[in-house]
Amino acid sequence: MINELLNMNGYGLYVWSAFSFTLLSFLTLYSVAKAQYIRERNKFIAKYGSLDAQKAKVARTQTINQEILSGSQSI
Amino acid sequence: MFKLFEPNKIFSITSKAPKYVMVLFILVLSIGLVEALILSPEDYKQSHSVRIMYVHVPAAWISLGIFSSITLLSLSGYVFRNKNFFLIAKSLAPSGLVFNIIALVTGSIWGKPTWGTWWAWDARITSMLILAIFYILYLIAWRIYEDKEQVLKITTLITIFGIINIPIIKYSVDWWNTLHQPASINIMSNSSIHSSMLLPLMIMTAAFALFSLLIFLMKYNTELIKLKNKGLDRL
Repeated sequence: MINELLNMNGYGLYVWSAFSFTLLSFLTLYSVAKAQYIRERNKFIAKYGSLDAQKAKVARTQTINQEILSGSQSI
Repeated sequence: MFKLFEPNKIFSITSKAPKYVMVLFILVLSIGLVEALILSPEDYKQSHSVRIMYVHVPAAWISLGIFSSITLLSLSGYVFRNKNFFLIAKSLAPSGLVFNIIALVTGSIWGKPTWGTWWAWDARITSMLILAIFYILYLIAWRIYEDKEQVLKITTLITIFGIINIPIIKYSVDWWNTLHQPASINIMSNSSIHSSMLLPLMIMTAAFALFSLLIFLMKYNTELIKLKNKGLDRL
């Protein structure tokens, strides 16, 4: 049964390599997108932390800033 | 009406959505893989190699759909003077390119046992390669142009030229004598594909669409945080 599934009448190499390439592409794209997201979020956190009291007060008025910091958007 | 879609207002939704989309994607993909690799029948002519269709066709469909959406969004951005449309278009492009590459590579793998060659300068394959070039140009333009107005113009122009290629891809198999088979699924008339093959194809298409939604959300959230980073610099 497993041999039959792997071999697929001699077409196994083609079928499995097509599916593997697809899943590997998904994994790569997801990893790149996640890394970019984390990098920008960390940059934001660092910048937000370095604001002086007056600027931080202005920044706090925007809900989106709080949402980025809250981590509710973790993927 | 478009004020409802302002980045500040929708971030609370787009930031929470990826984890739910991810769960749904894994679920649908698992069902799709079982259907495509185990439960669906082999073809009477192509035997098991027909299973490549379950990744090749959805990838091609989604890459065409994404490019059409990018063009529509870019034009809408100008018509409605809403920069958010451009941001959505930019966030869609990476998954569109990856699906285009998947369609080309899996098509090539499918070509070897079916046509006896990995590649042919056939109308359908060549026009899909041209689409990949348009995707690359679009993404490169976003990277190299600093001026915001200029990048919006250039990327919109690329999509306008690129969209001309979409009907060519669709009808290339009817207009020219190609190695590539004609469409087996027609919305307007009867499809020539059996339901036992149509079901896994639809499930895999749903899984691929969910994956592109997941990547779109992640890229869109990243773009919004980038904007907010610039906003902090201006404070």
